[in-house]
Amino acid sequence: MKTIPLAIIGAGPAGMAAARTAARHGLRPVVFDEQPAPGGQIYRALESTPLRDPELLGQDYWHGRSLIEALRREPVDYRPGHMVWQLTRAGEIGVLAGDTAALIRAERVVLATGAQERPFPVPGWTLPGVMGAGAAQVLLKTSGVVARAPMILAGSGPLLYLVAVQYLRAGASVAAILETTPQENRRLALAHIGGAIRGWRYLRKGAGLLRELKRAGVRHERHVVALRAEGEEALTGVGWRTAERPDDWQHCEATTLLLHHGVVPNVQMTRALGGEHDWSEQQLCWRPRRDAFGRSDIENFFIAGDGGGIGGARAAQLQGELAALAALESLGHIDGPTLAREAAPVRRKLDAELVVRPFLDALYRPGDSWRRPDDEVVVCRCEEISAGEIRRVARLGCAGPNQMKSFTRCGMGPCQGRLCGLTVSEILAAENGQSLEQTGYYRLRPPFKPITLGQLASAAGDAPGAPAWNETETAS
Amino acid sequence: MERDRDRFVKPTALVIGGGLHGASAATQLARSGFRVTVVEKNYAGRHASGVNAGGVRRLGRHPAEIPLAVAALERWQRLEALIGDDGGFHPCGQIKVAENDENMARLVSRAAEVRELGFDHEITLSRDELRRRVPAVAPHCVGALACDGDGAANPYRTLTAWRRQSQREGAIWREGVRVTRVDRAPGGGWRLSTDHPDLPGLDADWLINCAGGWAGELCGALDECVAMQAQALMLTITERVTPFLGPVIGSASRALSFKQMDNGSVMIGGGIAGCIDTGGERADVRLAGLAENVQTALGLFPFMRDVRVVRTWAGIEGVTGDGIPVLGLSWRHPRLIHSFGYSAHGFQLSAITGEIVRDLALEREPALPIAPFDIRRFDSSSAAARASHTH
Amino acid sequence: MFAYLKRPEEGRTVTIEYEGRKLIARAGDTVAAALLASGIDRFRTTPVSQSPRGPWCMMGACFDCLLEIDGVPNRQGCQVTVVEGMTVRSQQGARRVSP
Repeated sequence: MKTIPLAIIGAGPAGMAAARTAARHGLRPVVFDEQPAPGGQIYRALESTPLRDPELLGQDYWHGRSLIEALRREPVDYRPGHMVWQLTRAGEIGVLAGDTAALIRAERVVLATGAQERPFPVPGWTLPGVMGAGAAQVLLKTSGVVARAPMILAGSGPLLYLVAVQYLRAGASVAAILETTPQENRRLALAHIGGAIRGWRYLRKGAGLLRELKRAGVRHERHVVALRAEGEEALTGVGWRTAERPDDWQHCEATTLLLHHGVVPNVQMTRALGGEHDWSEQQLCWRPRRDAFGRSDIENFFIAGDGGGIGGARAAQLQGELAALAALESLGHIDGPTLAREAAPVRRKLDAELVVRPFLDALYRPGDSWRRPDDEVVVCRCEEISAGEIRRVARLGCAGPNQMKSFTRCGMGPCQGRLCGLTVSEILAAENGQSLEQTGYYRLRPPFKPITLGQLASAAGDAPGAPAWNETETAS
Repeated sequence: MERDRDRFVKPTALVIGGGLHGASAATQLARSGFRVTVVEKNYAGRHASGVNAGGVRRLGRHPAEIPLAVAALERWQRLEALIGDDGGFHPCGQIKVAENDENMARLVSRAAEVRELGFDHEITLSRDELRRRVPAVAPHCVGALACDGDGAANPYRTLTAWRRQSQREGAIWREGVRVTRVDRAPGGGWRLSTDHPDLPGLDADWLINCAGGWAGELCGALDECVAMQAQALMLTITERVTPFLGPVIGSASRALSFKQMDNGSVMIGGGIAGCIDTGGERADVRLAGLAENVQTALGLFPFMRDVRVVRTWAGIEGVTGDGIPVLGLSWRHPRLIHSFGYSAHGFQLSAITGEIVRDLALEREPALPIAPFDIRRFDSSSAAARASHTH
Repeated sequence: MFAYLKRPEEGRTVTIEYEGRKLIARAGDTVAAALLASGIDRFRTTPVSQSPRGPWCMMGACFDCLLEIDGVPNRQGCQVTVVEGMTVRSQQGARRVSP
């Protein structure tokens, strides 16, 4: 098996910044990224988007250009279309490119696997026509594809406004924004106003987006407390109730419903590696342990960007630089004083970048009923397991997600729990009256994404010799 | 009042290990009048009991295990009546495939050997009969050994059913409690210390070692000799595909357990060992072993090549030096019973092992022969003693 | 229902076949984007309950956009780029295997 000094997994802001930092210090990293082009989700398709008008996708999107240019220019072994399907603590990386599975070993690994949208289980969310707001952004950025009217956006968080505004700027229409932000969040967020003022750039941007929506006359329903997607074969309409009219289902025809409750770290790899994860009550998600440089609790593994906790693209970039510096130092490529000297200004910028987070997290915190839906709502989209079934199994004495999984197959479909894991842990914790830490999360194992039996069988050629298990019996 | 009286009347038993054999023992002991506490360091079924291929198999058993496996199957057939749930048991049959004439000759003599022992559950299948039963199997397969009435069940569901039944019988389960020390109590019983602040000490008349992958460690603390190691046994599971297979398939020459589940997923196992991390609590899959296992499966079902793997698993199990379990009384300590080391084929046996443990605790002769599972077989110093005892 | 904001430029398009129907896609698009842009949002039915599904995340996480692409079932439509002449089919229920 070939050994390389530094592998970076993911080519979003954190991964690209880590690669640039390593390259500038004379170490050529290998960047594995599943997507066909660099940028991650935030700067997705920046090199090829048909929407060249800089106003349309906005300044924050085009900010990614310098990172992408550096990735293309610097001596970086950048491998697009490479899906990492397994990873061991020894640094063995299983990569799938096209139909070829291969194994390589890295002395240090920077995990920059980013975030995904928080699961948003409501009745009907599996219907064609219901998508994550992030999905609509991907379609817009990569292909200039937009939902035809009538389209409804529902949920909470800045991305909701951003997608609406981008649609308007592109000449598409938004039938309504159904905002689920609980009434009391505003008051709770005020506790963090100090940070918000120091992070004024974000507030200004948010206020600007809201002004733009108001000017355009977009219907904006606030304090939505219940939501359902309606239709048989595909979405035909959306129903909702508000805090002000809690007994009335209001209704609007729609062929597209875009849902958003913020983003959460993608923890598939850090979980599979067996790193410790802490429940963040502030961000309502699991965060793998990392120190201020991004060193994880797994030797030789570093975590950069939103995969370690949500901080946004600019923070991810700075964390990528820090993680690369820490990896270089642990390789002996730079010395301790160099690390300290180079990291200091980056750390200062990172602190400034993160200061607004507690305010944003409090303001856009999804309410309990959104995260722990009613019994009839499908939670596991793959195996079609409802919240009620999860609660029923909890009453049989299944205290954690792994017991529940063994019982119901919930979380055992192809998405491997990405779309149900948080919901399941939260439902079980509430049902059993225990903390999220006590409840835990799915144990994850490779492959991180499905690979074929043929690919798995062929990967053995690269693997170290297998000690034969000398047993004539076939196992149970 | 009732409880107070019980305290003085009922004998007490501590079961270490909340896996299938612990749950089965707890159920039978509680039903027979013991006050039972099960102590589990993690949660019930955390390792091999909750994570195994679910094979309910008499086929291919070590001769010593055959009587137990036959009795166990009878329990499986009425599991719902016994413990309130059938564990998802389907008697879809088990078939061990021969890939060449030499394999087949071995299967034929195996069937004869089983008949000689007085059992008729293993039958040979001709090439045509194999193809009729398993049309999907690769054409080079020349025949098979089959066991009708065998099948498969859902391990975690089965474990949960046993656990709940034991609780209905009065057993108390303490999960997340690790035994840190075992001492003899004055008066002939046992005293356990645990890491749990609420349970600093637990006393009992009887101690039942059902600690699975950790049973060897417990034996060490009790000065018992045993050749056993913990292994992490791996499984691979695929995406759902349309139905193509009824029985569970094994191979005459290679480690394999291959079955299609009701939902269409295919589960591939065969007792291939993965890795256990240094803490001993975490099982990891080992790619080379998985790949070898998958190659075996593809040899029999080559059309599966493009089907995707959705998950892999590993669960920790105790595997003995001779591949058969330890089940019986300790000869070193009174009131200590061992039931462990099922070496990756204990799932089916769990339906009967609890009854044997119960008989031993009631100090009566078990209805089934367990002499081959005596722990003294690992103790060279007592081998001579045993030999003189039998003569 | 989705659509291209602007029809893809001449000479920068790719023609694929979906269920026997010709679709014009922008070169570089993913199969999922191309189908959505042609007004198709129902990609498959599930193996569990045969309920209809279309893309949810467009970033490779949800596995709801599974399609049969050039004869290979269960491929993530949002992770495969269109190629001239590609044949795409909707999936009904579980993947078929033929021994």
